[in-house]
Amino acid sequence: MFKFIVRRIIQTIPVIIGVTIIVFSMMHLVPGDPAQIMAGESAPAQQVENIRERLGLNEPLPKQYLSYLGNALLGDLGNSMRSGRAVTDEISARFWVTIELAIYSTILAVFIGLIAGVISATKKYSPQDTIIMLIALFGLSMPNFWLGLMLIQWFSIGIDLPNWFPFINDTSWFKPSGWGSFQQIVLPVITLGTGSAAIIARMTRSSMLEVIGQDYIRTARAKGIKERIVIYRHALKNALIPVVTVVGLQFGGLLGGAVLTETVFAINGMGKLVIDSIAARDFPVVQGTILVIALLFVLVNLFVDITYRLLNKRIDLD
Amino acid sequence: MKNNTSKEYENILEINHLQTSFFTKNAEIKAVDGLSFTIPKKKTLGVVGESGSGKSITSLSIMRLIDNPGKIVGGEIYFKGEDLLQKSESEMRKIRGNEISMIFQEPMTSLNPTLTVGQQISESYITHQELSKKEAKQKSLEMLKLVGIPSPKKRLKQYPHELSGGMRQRIMIAMALACDPDLLIADEPTTALDVTIQAQILDLINELQDRLGMGVLLITHDLGIVAETCDYVAVMYGGQVMEFADVKSLFTHPKHPYTVGLMKSIPPHDRDVEGDLDVIKGSVPSPVEMPNGCRFAPRCPFATDLCHQKLPNIETDSYGNQIRCWIYSDEWDGDPEVNVHAKTTEGTT
Repeated sequence: MFKFIVRRIIQTIPVIIGVTIIVFSMMHLVPGDPAQIMAGESAPAQQVENIRERLGLNEPLPKQYLSYLGNALLGDLGNSMRSGRAVTDEISARFWVTIELAIYSTILAVFIGLIAGVISATKKYSPQDTIIMLIALFGLSMPNFWLGLMLIQWFSIGIDLPNWFPFINDTSWFKPSGWGSFQQIVLPVITLGTGSAAIIARMTRSSMLEVIGQDYIRTARAKGIKERIVIYRHALKNALIPVVTVVGLQFGGLLGGAVLTETVFAINGMGKLVIDSIAARDFPVVQGTILVIALLFVLVNLFVDITYRLLNKRIDLD
Repeated sequence: MKNNTSKEYENILEINHLQTSFFTKNAEIKAVDGLSFTIPKKKTLGVVGESGSGKSITSLSIMRLIDNPGKIVGGEIYFKGEDLLQKSESEMRKIRGNEISMIFQEPMTSLNPTLTVGQQISESYITHQELSKKEAKQKSLEMLKLVGIPSPKKRLKQYPHELSGGMRQRIMIAMALACDPDLLIADEPTTALDVTIQAQILDLINELQDRLGMGVLLITHDLGIVAETCDYVAVMYGGQVMEFADVKSLFTHPKHPYTVGLMKSIPPHDRDVEGDLDVIKGSVPSPVEMPNGCRFAPRCPFATDLCHQKLPNIETDSYGNQIRCWIYSDEWDGDPEVNVHAKTTEGTT
């Protein structure tokens, strides 16, 4: 197992190098002169030249890349064009906000998704199954920014709807913006987690149905153990194997999805940082943030592989 | 814990007119249709028949593990004198794995890949005998020794994929016998194994049967296995028992034309066969289109109009052997001197 983890970590190195190449190339793939774009169209030639000089844009590309990589390894991702602060400082101020948002959303999605999926699978073709799958389809098809806006509308600004939501009389209890307090966290987490919950529910259902039809489930039943144990100990553990992969991918997706959610709820996370920086043509920040998100994605996948291995004893990669 | 205060009984298992059907949108498929047999205490009954004759459905019916869209629609299954079909689901759970255990055909897929061998065997003890994990582990170890698994301590911590097929079947047997059941149902326990391993597994089942004194229901399609291991035989065809007899009578004097056909299709071990082996022409009827009369009539070389029109009743002779065939009834409309051993397939004598 230890060997496996070490080898899997080594395998991520080429991926990370690839990521840095792509992030580095972004600036050069944008049509036109990056220095001109950053300076703005009407900027004087001298200012454009200064930017070019400062960012080393007149050096040959490989050299630029190597110095970018070298600086990145030392924790220097350049400075923000807007604030002049180090990109790493800009990101670290917002990093945990996005991570928290993604983690809470994943927890919510896994919790709801697994329960819904298991109920659906064990009550196949029943009304509960149909209802759960309809809700899941809805959750899946709905764009999360729209859901976010609707949640703000219903539960935060509150228009004429307090009666059917009896336990909170003050509809402004849920905050429409910001991050930190429980009141601020609830709506964005629901917004971001719903889609994933739906995907996990559907995945769990189909995976459970497949597993329940297996011979070893019949063996377990023939042993006279309680149906609850058959489902949760014998079936779910096997059914989780494909679900774990989906959860991992979803978590990565949530980091991306956070861009919209953070914008809708005015949360100062990495997603909003990307959007604001793109609008301000603040290339170093955009590059840095995307690099961090991509690295997170790689890490999550590493974690998923290890979990997968722990769950599925048949994978023997040592 | 086991309930030893149940009524007196002679047969460990007695099935009367069991009917198990599968329901599709517009049809009822009778997989088992009016099946009856008995297993005396501590005896082995072999159930033989072709694929699709309802053998496995019978065993799952006894365990009450028939899944939707299947359903037991009629009959009685007396186990130790009590009708299992009258039991509640929680009463059934106390019987499964405790008083009646089952070994399945496919050792490769019948064990849970994510639980260790030890966890899977211990589960029976924890469920039925309310032992602690530690005690259950100790018992599991003893059980592994009993079924002759080398280095049992190591095996407890292994996962099924680390073991061979024969080894896994031994684990299945250890699991099934954990709680010292009164009846063991073995559904083709050796079909998926090598011939040498087959013999080992059958010997093991026989040996443990003697030691633990349980009844065994052995489902197989191998008459050789039946001859070697069983006390009684039920020959199944189309969801019904065609012939039920003690093993000696069945092999020396098979009465049903189907049984005779089965026997004749086995290559003799003491001489070479000149020409082709005898075969039973045709194939098993689909349960969707069961013949109205005798299930075997379309393939029977002796079938008369009566056979095609009316289902024969099961008749019991003075030795307790049973047969479902018009030839042995007073209503028989064919040749009264018919000899079922004389011909096997239409047209050959």
